[in-house]
Amino acid sequence: MNYYDLTAHEIHELLVKKEVTSVEVTNSVIERAEKTEPYIESYLERTFECAVNTARKVDEKIAKGEDISPLEGVPAALKDNLCTKGVKTTCASKMLENFVPCYDAFVVKKIKEQNSPVLGKLNMDEFAMGSSTETSYFKTTKNPYDINKVPGGSSGGCAAAVCAGSAVYALGSDTGGSIRQPASFCGVVGLKPTYGLVSRFGCVAFASSLDQIGPITRDVTDCANVLNSIVAHDELDSTSLDIPKVDYTKALTGDIRGMKIGIAADYIQDGINEDVKKAFLSAAETFKALGAQVGEYTMKAAKYALPAYYIISGAEASSNLARFDGIRYGYRSKKYEDLTELYKNTRSEGFGAEVKRRILVGTYALSAGYYDAYYKKAQKIRTVIINDFNEQFEKFDFIITPTTLSTAFSIGEKIENPLEMYLNDLCTVSVNIAGLPAISIPCGFDSGGMPIGLHIIGKALSEETILRAAYAFEQNTRFNKKRAIVKNKEGREI
Amino acid sequence: MSYETVIGLEIHAELSTATKMYCGCPTSFGSEPNMHCCPICLAMPGTLPVLNKKAVEYAIKAGLAMNCSITDMGKQDRKNYFYPDLPKAYQISQLDTPICVNGYIDITPGGKTKRIRINRIHIEEDAGKLLHDAAGSSTLVDYNRGGTPLIEIVTEPDISSSEEARLFLESVKAILQYIEVSDCKMEQGSLRCDVNISVRKKGENKLGTRTEMKNINSFKAAVRAIDFESNRHIEEIEYGGKLIQETRRWDDAKGESFSMRGKEEAQDYRYFPDPDLVYIAVSDEMIAQIKNSLPELPAARKERYIGEYNLTPYDAEQITNSKHLADFFEECISCGATPKTVCNWLIGDIAKTLNEKNAEPADIPFSPAQLSKLIELIEKGTISNTAGKKVLSEMFEKARNPEEIVKELGLVQISDESALLRIITEVVSANPKSVEDYKAGKDKAIGYLIGQAMRATKGQGNPQIIAKLLKDELDKNI
Ligand SMILES: [Zn+2]
Repeated sequence: MNYYDLTAHEIHELLVKKEVTSVEVTNSVIERAEKTEPYIESYLERTFECAVNTARKVDEKIAKGEDISPLEGVPAALKDNLCTKGVKTTCASKMLENFVPCYDAFVVKKIKEQNSPVLGKLNMDEFAMGSSTETSYFKTTKNPYDINKVPGGSSGGCAAAVCAGSAVYALGSDTGGSIRQPASFCGVVGLKPTYGLVSRFGCVAFASSLDQIGPITRDVTDCANVLNSIVAHDELDSTSLDIPKVDYTKALTGDIRGMKIGIAADYIQDGINEDVKKAFLSAAETFKALGAQVGEYTMKAAKYALPAYYIISGAEASSNLARFDGIRYGYRSKKYEDLTELYKNTRSEGFGAEVKRRILVGTYALSAGYYDAYYKKAQKIRTVIINDFNEQFEKFDFIITPTTLSTAFSIGEKIENPLEMYLNDLCTVSVNIAGLPAISIPCGFDSGGMPIGLHIIGKALSEETILRAAYAFEQNTRFNKKRAIVKNKEGREI
Repeated sequence: MSYETVIGLEIHAELSTATKMYCGCPTSFGSEPNMHCCPICLAMPGTLPVLNKKAVEYAIKAGLAMNCSITDMGKQDRKNYFYPDLPKAYQISQLDTPICVNGYIDITPGGKTKRIRINRIHIEEDAGKLLHDAAGSSTLVDYNRGGTPLIEIVTEPDISSSEEARLFLESVKAILQYIEVSDCKMEQGSLRCDVNISVRKKGENKLGTRTEMKNINSFKAAVRAIDFESNRHIEEIEYGGKLIQETRRWDDAKGESFSMRGKEEAQDYRYFPDPDLVYIAVSDEMIAQIKNSLPELPAARKERYIGEYNLTPYDAEQITNSKHLADFFEECISCGATPKTVCNWLIGDIAKTLNEKNAEPADIPFSPAQLSKLIELIEKGTISNTAGKKVLSEMFEKARNPEEIVKELGLVQISDESALLRIITEVVSANPKSVEDYKAGKDKAIGYLIGQAMRATKGQGNPQIIAKLLKDELDKNI
């Protein structure tokens, strides 16, 4: 048995039964990472030694006969925009190449409290801006199903590591689809929680009103367990919700009889890949077979969601990223004569092209004379989208769409064409705009063997509903059981 | 040609909350640079602001004390600009939903009441401070002040002279001190003001070209800056110069204002609602609670002093403009001193000494009981009025009991008639010429004789008693 192929709950069972130690599991995952990393390149920073120390602590606990929590001793990794005390947090940017936070993000604290061995920090698009990890300053992560293809992004390192077996689960962040799209591309499970459910403290901000941290896991059960461990009210985040604690695993009943499902018809028309469409329609059939009722609907502002998203996220990013000025921390240009030059050169040299593009768009959208035409209008569209969803959720328990309209594309295919790259977020952005929860789960493979994702959207704080639906689907399809076979350029398994 | 000046003020007051606006760092002044900082107020990546509820409460308190309406759902906005003292590269402020709106303060220039309307009071955070080294080769930043809560009070252009501006500023300061939301120490930068000014010909409706003056660090500077700038405007108009709408820096040392930037160079702050923060929800109960907690405000206290203690409106205002002074005044009265006398000391010699020392009423080193004792010593005739002034100046140096000072300096007045009579007899016999003059009807001569008697007592004789005894003595000899 390869421990690195197991899910967190499978590992937990073995740990409890003392059939394996956490150190053994952790070492298995580390060995796997060492083998696959030369090809996959998902890690930016490795803290393997530290992970083994945590594993040892957990083993001592087990040896003493103490109870362990579901994630205890299960090795995990973190997207590199989650601040880790004493460990570099770069956001895959030259700007923060050597930045070491003196604090842990709220979710990192939670994971550490769980005694989950932390293996390291995972690659991403620079400041989470991108859909392929190609905008990372350091490297491009490869899709474990085909190393010529992207893993998706921005949490591409997370999805690839969980897929390849070099982490059992990971925490990513999702601003417009950054958890769900890579999860879809790599055939794993990715959940973006309701806005405010998970504290954003310590997650380096991209777009504050859209960012949410969430789990990337190998199945829905793991997803529910990880969510259990990171959901809590945080006084350091003003937008953190203070609601009664829920055990999300309780929702995993497998029963969705009588539930009403809405199919977003807008997304299964133009531009959708035939294999994706087939898998999606067959997913709808599966739900029907499980006793759910399926109906179609048309989104009112579907075609405005993407432009509104790029304006709002750009506007917020232009302000959020202004603090990277070379004064207090991070990169500082060596070439400057005065303050203006210090700012200009630092930011010109420290940020990559995509980040600069978004900052420019956002700055423009907020400028005097353009604010009403762009930012204000985008906020109005936001209201329309929220109202539209509210209306739909009076009729449906949840909504399904494909996570993306095509499967993972080739490295280099879209990086020169930002507009085409932005289309990756078509199905996912409206969820962030409306602050809703949504999950992507595997629902098939295309003719080339690349994973396809099913996107399940619920109303605010209905994580239980979408987990229940996802679990029922998973139990009856088992697409999650497939493990990627990592092959080198010559097509040989490594 | 006669002109009128139209002035609006923007006053920044630091709130005296224990902690900063968006983090838990202390707001205390005067620590080593960068000792009151944390990842949040240094804008480290991933950190988030959480609004200090006390700051909101203080702002509402100020608003209610200045007769404002309170906004029930205020938002906070980001004002974006780059400067090294601003770690986030945006200041969290309020653009279009200030926490308090539509208030006023009444002032009494020349004894007549005038209402100065307040457009808004909003909350925002302060920036850090740049420290330029002496050699000019490097600049350091101290972020201790960064994130300190401020309120900005913006008036309508209702002020028409530097005197009115001064009165208004004094009122604002008094109110903020009364309600204990700000220290209002201008020299520490906890109270600052910008002046918007324009002039127009009397009778004209249209406002003239406006300039904004920044860097005004005292009330005196505000008066000087307004006088200078309004004269500059008038001169430009009279001599056909061209006034432009611009921001100017007041240089108090030079006594001049200098152009900083024109309207075209005005920065675009790209304000937008801060997505990291939620609405500031203010309930009616909260407003009622804060309203109930308001102390007696300067205007009410002034009226009470006029009614209860018979002070003139001018005197009452002088006392009540400082909470400390007014409290001091009332404590003296409860020690038994006469209100009018206490008032004369406070706004006379004591105010003069404070002014010379550039000190505030809070710096008065002696207690109300000690001042009351001094007044009692004078009223009882133990010491003379002149000696009393000497004792007061000693009390400023060493906060000691007036009796001790009187004893130490030997200032006790001789009121013992037999002792004084002995001296008078000697004076009379030593000055036959003056006695002759007095008898011949030259009343002035008695003044000379009193002077001689006072000299003989080394100034300690009670002049009233000496005058009476001397007159008796001379009249007896007629
Ligand atoms: Zn702080």
